[in-house]
Amino acid sequence: MLPLAERQRGFAAALLDSEADVPPGLVGPDGVPSARRFAVYRNNVAAGLSESMTITFPAVRRIVGEEFFTAMARAYVLADPPRSPMLLDYGSGFADFIASFPPAATLPYLADVARIENAWKESFHSADAAPLPPAALAKIPPDQLAGMRLQLHPSVRIVTSRYPVLTIWRMNADGGEPAPVDLNAGGEDCLVVRPAADVEVRSVPAGGAAFLRRLGEGASLGDASEAGFAAAADFDLSANLAGLISAGAFCGYTLEGAAAPEKE
Amino acid sequence: MPETTGLHSQAAPATIPARAGVGLKPQHYRDILEGAPDIGFFEVHAENYMGEGGPPHRYLTAIRERYPLSLHGVGLSIGAERPLDRDHLLRLKHLNERYEPGLFSEHLAWSTHDTTYLNDLLPVPYTKETLARVSEHIEEVQETVGRQMLLENPSTYLAFTESTYSEIDFISEVAKRSGCGLLLDVNNVYVSSTNQEWDPVAYVDAFPLQLVKEIHLGGHAPEKDEAGRPLLIDAHDREVDRIVWGLFEHTIASAGAVPTLVEWDANVPDWPTLNAEADLAEAVLARAEPGDMQRAAAG
Repeated sequence: MLPLAERQRGFAAALLDSEADVPPGLVGPDGVPSARRFAVYRNNVAAGLSESMTITFPAVRRIVGEEFFTAMARAYVLADPPRSPMLLDYGSGFADFIASFPPAATLPYLADVARIENAWKESFHSADAAPLPPAALAKIPPDQLAGMRLQLHPSVRIVTSRYPVLTIWRMNADGGEPAPVDLNAGGEDCLVVRPAADVEVRSVPAGGAAFLRRLGEGASLGDASEAGFAAAADFDLSANLAGLISAGAFCGYTLEGAAAPEKE
Repeated sequence: MPETTGLHSQAAPATIPARAGVGLKPQHYRDILEGAPDIGFFEVHAENYMGEGGPPHRYLTAIRERYPLSLHGVGLSIGAERPLDRDHLLRLKHLNERYEPGLFSEHLAWSTHDTTYLNDLLPVPYTKETLARVSEHIEEVQETVGRQMLLENPSTYLAFTESTYSEIDFISEVAKRSGCGLLLDVNNVYVSSTNQEWDPVAYVDAFPLQLVKEIHLGGHAPEKDEAGRPLLIDAHDREVDRIVWGLFEHTIASAGAVPTLVEWDANVPDWPTLNAEADLAEAVLARAEPGDMQRAAAG
């Protein structure tokens, strides 16, 4: 008798390879092998996973059209199938796949639109936390500001792009109206954050993405500012900080020498 | 129904009444919270609530405060030869603790091979080896989660030449060995019976109904195989078929009233349409005697 491990190995391999022969011993009610019946499972796997991509990447779908999207999503799910039954986490590799997918090469910004949409989904499902209120920083002695470490809100994601990707994403998101975009207008960086119920996608000013990334790595405010200035000579620390706090991008901080983080 | 005691965090009772429930879809969150429909219970796919936070948990918490909840896993891969995914099992345990569902179920199917999650409920051959593996896995689930699991009968599109048990003998033996309860999906009975050329009424009559603690109903899509024989697909994308309603009435006449869920997962309709499907199931249950489980709970 065919051992279960061997049966499932052959079944799984044939599911993911549309060219593969149907494994032997899979039959209809007459005992005769049935390719059509096996194809139901094969189609369920590809269609189910590409449907999950449709839910996560609606703007990418709107940009390329349904037919192109379905073909690209099916190619992706076969090349990079999920590694966990946690399908909420699936699709994080789709942007890189798009970037290397030759038929999408004429849309160089498309991968970055996918990065925003994946960040949106991650932010949506991230842990809840109360954002640091704007008044919190006013309590901090000025001589301790440079050494303080801000804790990013769990929902924060950063997407950087050489293209006006936030503009493109907004036009193609639900309710958006597509219009001509100058791809040479300069890059846009975005902050994705869910301070309460709703995910928000905001534009980040020059140097802000580098600043925020360093903060996320645990750098002090002083060290992170240096990263901001290194990325953009016109980096404006107070404007960036005020914008991030009003966006709800932080949920706590530690002061130099303090044992435990401050929470609001 | 007696209310379960010992609930600290949830306002609604945990115990699922012998009434009709529906599968909870995000499209209907607001209809449910604002309209407060008279529905026996809601059921969720566990995997949709495994994120760390966000709106899904907020809505489910609010709905759980108002209704009994049933937790239905679709990704544990109990029928796989490989060991269960411990991380996934612990996520199921955590959801059980957080939401205190009245019933907890999974499928007689596999969906993970090596490290790949295949996202479908794949069929198992009914052999001694599979029987031992599935029973061990269910024992591990029940031990880890700390409660009884219900095992759902599959919808299948093909058969394995190596099978040596009938589906019902296989399921009965798994329940005997593992101590699990059963979830009878009446649409799956009809889909599999059509696809395998079994008699669906005889299937229900031979099924160990005394172990059935929940029933599922859903819609299927009619197709054909290469020989022109009917091939029904368990699509959950439309109303419950008229023949399946008849089979459900037949089941309830034998089993008594059992909590019954209407599943509609694709082409999800507006709330009134789904609510109307639940009302049809409720009418059948209202005409029936309480099932074994309800008699036991009441007595």
